[in-house]
Amino acid sequence: MAIRRGRGVAAVNYPTGMNLGGDPSQALVHSTPTGNFMVTLSSVDLGQGLKQVMAQICAETIGVKTEQVIIDTADTDTGPHCMGTFASRGTHRIGNAVIQAAKEARQVMLEVAAEALEVDAGDLETDGEGNIHVKGAPQKSISIFDTALMAHFKLGRSISGRGMFLVPRSYPEVETGAMKPSTCYAHACTVAEVDVDDETGEVTVVSIKNVFEIGRALNPKMVEQQLVGGSWMGISHALYETTEPYYPARDHAGTDFNEYLMPGPGDIAPTEIVVLERPAEDGPYGAKGPGEMCANPQIPALANAIFDAVGVRIDMMPITPERILRALKEQRATAH
Amino acid sequence: MKLAKDYFADQRTEELKELGQGLQRSDVPGHVTGKTSYFADRTFPGMLCLRMVRSPHHHARIRSVDLSEAERHPGVHRILTHKDIPHNLYTILILIQVGPEDEHVLAEDKVRWKGEAVVAVLADSEWAANEAAAKVRIDYEVLPSVLDIDAALAPDAPIVNEHHGQNHYMYDSGPSRKVRYGDVEKGFAEADHILEQTYYSSPIEQAPMETTGCIVTPDGNDRFTCYTNTQAMFFTLDNTSIILQMPGHKLHMVGGTVGGGFGGKVDVTVEPIAILAAKLTGRPVSFIYSRYEEMQVSSPRAAEKIVLKDGVMNDGHIVARQVWGYTDAGAYSRHSPYGAQKGAAHYPGPYTIPNVWVDTWCVYTNRTPSSAMRGFGVTIADFALEVQMDKLARLIGMDPLEFRFINAYRDGDMKAHRQPTTGAALIECMQEASRVASWPVAEKYMQMSSYKGG
Amino acid sequence: MAKVPVQFSLNGEEKAEFVDSGSTLLKVLRDKMGDTSPKGGCLQGTCGSCSVVVDGELRLSCLTLAETCDGADIQTTAGLASDGVLHPLQRAFMDEFAAQCGFCTPGMIMAAKVLLDANPDPTREDVIEALSGNVCRCTGYEPIIRAVLTAARSNSQNAA
Ligand code: FES
Ligand code: FES
Repeated sequence: MAIRRGRGVAAVNYPTGMNLGGDPSQALVHSTPTGNFMVTLSSVDLGQGLKQVMAQICAETIGVKTEQVIIDTADTDTGPHCMGTFASRGTHRIGNAVIQAAKEARQVMLEVAAEALEVDAGDLETDGEGNIHVKGAPQKSISIFDTALMAHFKLGRSISGRGMFLVPRSYPEVETGAMKPSTCYAHACTVAEVDVDDETGEVTVVSIKNVFEIGRALNPKMVEQQLVGGSWMGISHALYETTEPYYPARDHAGTDFNEYLMPGPGDIAPTEIVVLERPAEDGPYGAKGPGEMCANPQIPALANAIFDAVGVRIDMMPITPERILRALKEQRATAH
Repeated sequence: MKLAKDYFADQRTEELKELGQGLQRSDVPGHVTGKTSYFADRTFPGMLCLRMVRSPHHHARIRSVDLSEAERHPGVHRILTHKDIPHNLYTILILIQVGPEDEHVLAEDKVRWKGEAVVAVLADSEWAANEAAAKVRIDYEVLPSVLDIDAALAPDAPIVNEHHGQNHYMYDSGPSRKVRYGDVEKGFAEADHILEQTYYSSPIEQAPMETTGCIVTPDGNDRFTCYTNTQAMFFTLDNTSIILQMPGHKLHMVGGTVGGGFGGKVDVTVEPIAILAAKLTGRPVSFIYSRYEEMQVSSPRAAEKIVLKDGVMNDGHIVARQVWGYTDAGAYSRHSPYGAQKGAAHYPGPYTIPNVWVDTWCVYTNRTPSSAMRGFGVTIADFALEVQMDKLARLIGMDPLEFRFINAYRDGDMKAHRQPTTGAALIECMQEASRVASWPVAEKYMQMSSYKGG
Repeated sequence: MAKVPVQFSLNGEEKAEFVDSGSTLLKVLRDKMGDTSPKGGCLQGTCGSCSVVVDGELRLSCLTLAETCDGADIQTTAGLASDGVLHPLQRAFMDEFAAQCGFCTPGMIMAAKVLLDANPDPTREDVIEALSGNVCRCTGYEPIIRAVLTAARSNSQNAA
């Protein structure tokens, strides 16, 4: 009886957005009289930071600071349609809608500035610090603050834009299954190392090394939040979670956090994360959806590591100590 | 976390100012001071509390429902049954034309899973609602139940859901979503080895810290404001509009920050009944799942059964892959017909295989209806696929990581669902994994690239 | 239902209310006193999201009867910042990106505060122990542990 070490690998991809498309999101952008920008949506922030990333996308596109952008969302009386927050679609779909709306608003803003500076709108650029100036002549400049005031009070113009993003729905061909499930895919490869106690069946995750390719990390800190939490959830799925541990008997079913097992703060695995960026052609500034993909590769990587350690295959999730012990028992029985 | 900037540097030409920066989240000061507002952080005078009476049986006919004792319980305002629901039969994906309607908001003649909602009690406190709910008497005739995929597909299995007519979803392509590419039989005939294996999973709960729920207020002008933690505002509004036969302009959904979703809040299970209750009583109504309901009643990630059959050559090439994927939808469709067919496109995995044959089924059983969860339609498939890859590599005596390089898809490769691969990055992920995990592979694999011809 | 009077100090302010006999502290704080910083993630003592500090001790407010808190000194996350200046724990949770949906955050911060009040220089193991009654489904815990350690460090720097 001993602690045995093993290592396993898994590589996966994950589609961004609702399978087969047909999932619209819309956005509206307008400026306040003093040159702040309001983005109106009906999308839901589940905690992943949707509001923050949309503010950064809008700011990048218009050419202002992120703190000048306010996100008003999740209200069906004010926000234009969004299909919802699921299927790793938020950043990609809503982000694209925000870009389109912000571009339109930026165009009006530049037209107003052009009138003020008596130049052509096409000759103007933003400095990202709150000013618009003539390309190559930074002294010929007007602030966005003054531009917005002028639009509102002198020219009677609305610095605003409408955005919409829709991947057309694909209908699978009945006989062959020819279809377009997604426009872009995130990728991952995970190497897991485990110690398995062949007396108790207990698994200790020694290390998890995740490599994720996510298109573009629009806010690397928030990406890291998703990836760290996702990797934890993958481990949890692999080794702990089920609502019905002895199905069909339901009296063992977890009804609260004492009974429904997940790794706690004392069970977390040393985790390393590397992010690669291959921009998606149709992604907002290249981004794909990383939120779901990041919780998948740990599961098979751990299953493979456990096999590598003790030579038994558990082809049923979750891979509990009980299942490992039963398999080891069987292994010993056939060996004799 | 490390950004490995060397990979694909030639493709990142845009210069970014506000993006690419780990700016602080604007919502976090609210989180750390307890000021962020979640839907349940509100109270209204006169608010009623809704409690569901749920089926204790997997499958049963409802002989009678006796509310008399419950109705007399102090604090009870009203008890709703299926007769109160204008359009009681629904299915959420009807909005994107994925029918048929197959689920009752409140059970009528039958219950099809343990936990199905039968009667909704409205009382002026949670206590009163719980106590009164315990006094609802329902007489059931227990029926034989079907508790797993194999039992459901057995020829003489009892029918779980009459609205489908058989224990599986019927796609336009038949009982399964099909992918047919190349000729798997020919592939198997040529293969040096064939490996067929079966994989299983058990349902998994999304387990967000904040349970599913909503609070509804009648606005006084025949409109209703519903504070909800749904993941999809208009999906909820439009489904509510159908179920209540109420024009959409009478409904106002307000979300906020949601205390975690993970796919668990895309079903429409609390809003329609709570809005109806507010309409019928003229009072604000809250319907918030207990922790028990969140863990055992709200739809989990489905149990799956996956059979993979692969033909592989001694040189490491997979020449044929056949897949039978079964998703246990439980008693009702919810999002499962969608999730099951998502697997059809996913199944060959991120590998280029010349002969692929996939059938994915959405199967009905008398289990808790399953629905979306983080990685919907893919998570369990990846478990099966990647364990199978490990077995195949060992079968031919090859390093599992090198085996994946040999089969990895690259730009331009045709996928089984007949889309050319674009934007591939699997090879680079594996190269970096080889480096960070000190898992060396032959130099030729480190020289590969996902680019066309790479 | 019989109403009973309760009186206690909430974040330094005297509060008095008549509440239903048997009401939990969580319900009274949220519904009667407008402090919604403690969250009800399970209402049965298994998640820690309702954690508050009662007379210096960490308590699950969902399992604490309000009546038993008469005369007590109660602290919640809502009262942690003083004069708009965030507590080092609050700062650290922000800097370490330790909150995603934020639902577990007020409870985590309370648990961490009780730890740091008793042990200003905790080890990683001490932090894990202190947080082990609090569940988070988003973060994977690592950022939260780091935030508590960071807060402890910044505390000791300020003290020095
Ligand atoms: S709400 Fe008190 S421990 Fe969960
Ligand atoms: S941040 Fe969401 S539960 Fe902890």
